[in-house]
Amino acid sequence: MSDFDAAGWSIYVAALTLLSLVACLVLLFVAARRQVVLRADGTADETTGHVWDEDLRELNNPLPRWWMWLFIITVVFSLAYLGLYPGFGSARGLLGWTSVSQYEDERAKAAERSAPLYARLASMSHEQLAADAQAMGVGERLFVNHCATCHGSDARGSKGFPNLTDDDWLWGGTIDKIKETIAAGRQGAMPPMAAAVGSASDVRNVAHYVLSLSGSAHDNVAAQLGREKFGICAACHGVGGKGNLAVGAPNLSDKVWLHGWGEQAIVQVVTNGKTNMMPAHTGRLSNEQIDVLAAYVWQLSRPAQSVKSAKTPQ
Amino acid sequence: MTPASPAKTIWLYEKQAKIYPRSVSGRFAVLRWWMVGLTQLVFYGTPWLQWNERQAVLFDLASRRFYLGGLVLYPQDFIYLTVLLLLSAYGLFLVTAVAGRVWCGYACPQTVYTEVFMAIERWFEGDRVRRQRLDAAPWGWTKLWRKGGKHAAWIVLALWTGFTFVGYFTPIRQLWAQSFTLSFGPWEWFWVVFYGFATWGNAGFMREQVCKYMCPYARFQSAMFDHDTLLVAYDDARGEPRGPRPRNTDPRAVGLGDCIDCTLCVQVCPTGIDIRQGLQMECIGCAACADVCDGVMDKMGSPRGLVRYATQNGISGRWSTSQMLRRVARPRVLVYSAILLAIVAAFVTSLALRLPFKVDVVRDRGALARQVGDGFVENSYRLQIMNATETAQRYRIGVEAASLALAGLALASADSIEVGPAESRWMPVALRLPPEAAARAGSGAHLLEFNITAVASGESVVEKSTFVVPR
Repeated sequence: MSDFDAAGWSIYVAALTLLSLVACLVLLFVAARRQVVLRADGTADETTGHVWDEDLRELNNPLPRWWMWLFIITVVFSLAYLGLYPGFGSARGLLGWTSVSQYEDERAKAAERSAPLYARLASMSHEQLAADAQAMGVGERLFVNHCATCHGSDARGSKGFPNLTDDDWLWGGTIDKIKETIAAGRQGAMPPMAAAVGSASDVRNVAHYVLSLSGSAHDNVAAQLGREKFGICAACHGVGGKGNLAVGAPNLSDKVWLHGWGEQAIVQVVTNGKTNMMPAHTGRLSNEQIDVLAAYVWQLSRPAQSVKSAKTPQ
Repeated sequence: MTPASPAKTIWLYEKQAKIYPRSVSGRFAVLRWWMVGLTQLVFYGTPWLQWNERQAVLFDLASRRFYLGGLVLYPQDFIYLTVLLLLSAYGLFLVTAVAGRVWCGYACPQTVYTEVFMAIERWFEGDRVRRQRLDAAPWGWTKLWRKGGKHAAWIVLALWTGFTFVGYFTPIRQLWAQSFTLSFGPWEWFWVVFYGFATWGNAGFMREQVCKYMCPYARFQSAMFDHDTLLVAYDDARGEPRGPRPRNTDPRAVGLGDCIDCTLCVQVCPTGIDIRQGLQMECIGCAACADVCDGVMDKMGSPRGLVRYATQNGISGRWSTSQMLRRVARPRVLVYSAILLAIVAAFVTSLALRLPFKVDVVRDRGALARQVGDGFVENSYRLQIMNATETAQRYRIGVEAASLALAGLALASADSIEVGPAESRWMPVALRLPPEAAARAGSGAHLLEFNITAVASGESVVEKSTFVVPR
């Protein structure tokens, strides 16, 4: 489009637009009348004077005059429309309308409409929110729009994306921690540890030790050999492999495998490390929305409560 | 250089002469007033009917629910509207093939509202000649109050029509309450005023010009006409040569036909044509000319029916009514009837078999599959369940794999959901496959069926989807 940035093009387009409108009117008036030749006795016949194929003549059966007005009205409408909206070349239009301003207007109107609802919800604790059907309806819609792409519609996650319905938390499952995670996002990083652990067989042994922590199927001998090497891992994951909420180190002693299950997956993570991130939602969601969403996520992992889904308008 | 021939400029657009139809009474006029009453009773009355404490017929655009008596339709049911339009079209074809433009003459809203508006006009301004004189007269108090009164009455009726129209989309009782404080919403205002304006303009001013220049149906119905189609016809063999004669003289004795050339048939015509020139595209088949001519023939002591409903074959062959009726069962009519009947049958069957709920299955797009502890494979879905009844319903979710390879596939989430009256709900669903089955099935997408059953009625819907086993 940069070729057409020069002001000349804008004037050219505007002039062309105006010219075609004028041409429409000229065409209308020219085509609305005809010269007919009078007969010898001075009267006109009832035709338009249009003869073709030697003897076919067109009878003049005039349309009503208001029909012509319809054409004129469309031209007047176009002129008004082009003037009010950004129509003539790159002119902004008298109304100053832009698609961005319309979008923002609509957002402001939607915010205004939902303000009383959020005002009510803002006064509630997370336990109250979790028990409130309307709040959970809002929470579910927010979840579906903003979270479900990664964590799944049922919030049970998938490889690399944590399951939010179990009691296993990387950064903490209290309401405040959940809010923090949603608002500011999280950056989880594990450096490649192969060099620190040792040889390839050492890495394999550590992997089997990790499997043994959760009582998963493992090679007992390899696990015993890997136990000693796990000391390096314990710096973050803790001596018993229970994880550390402060740095987002996963608990290795449960059967939750965020980055894959089995020896091969563990060897890969130890060898190559892992960076995992959750984006921040401040700015995308209002504080009130984050409160409701956090309460929704919080109640997902509470077995006493069934997941309340709420009606959608469609 | 040849001498210039005398020339003249003609316009291809011309101001149309205003038509002042004379009022008419007779059996067809009575029939028309019955049709006016019937159609308008339906139009003005329907939105006031109640069903189960709500409006019986309501097209709720905002929440996309369409209530027709006991039926609750979703936008997904739009096919029924298509079928309804097809029914109307074939109904019109059939009626036109048999009886010509009787729809135009008796039931078309344009005719009906014009009839009502003309009655109001007559009440304020008098009949044809008085209206012509009033229009020619200079402005004065009499003209002002007659014209003003007419327009006031027209506008009230037009606004009531617009109000009723909007009442099909916004609950009319609520709209009625709002009308006292003039607190309609912006779109309601627009449509009340716009529909009212269209009624006022079309029935008050445009009248026959709508039929002549705007109505597409008027133009394509000639395709349905043949020589056995009923139309308003002038019996020229009987009427010609036309000319005045004293009452109760035998026209043949004075060398004339039955037509006394009183031109009443032209004066009553709402489209301003002379029926004695034969079938014309302007004729809307209203038979006002037949009514008025019957009255004249009675006075002249001649038999009725100089202008009458007859077929072209009937007029030229001097057929009796039963001869013309025998021609109704001709191929064109039979084909139209067969098509119409087939559509009606399909429509009724489809409505009768329609299940009162719908389900859409949407696979989660973020992740095709996930492995959970101990090698189990899970897929997640969202089920949209649309309840088309007006009571809360519980639906049970079942799943069935198409092949044995997926044996052991089971729900890993709630197996039932409650959906409120006429409500649509999304439900997240997870399916879980044991590791052995996953190994047996192999990686890729496997077909499966969701089976959703309404607990109360036992009716069920089957929706296909897939289960993905990752590599």
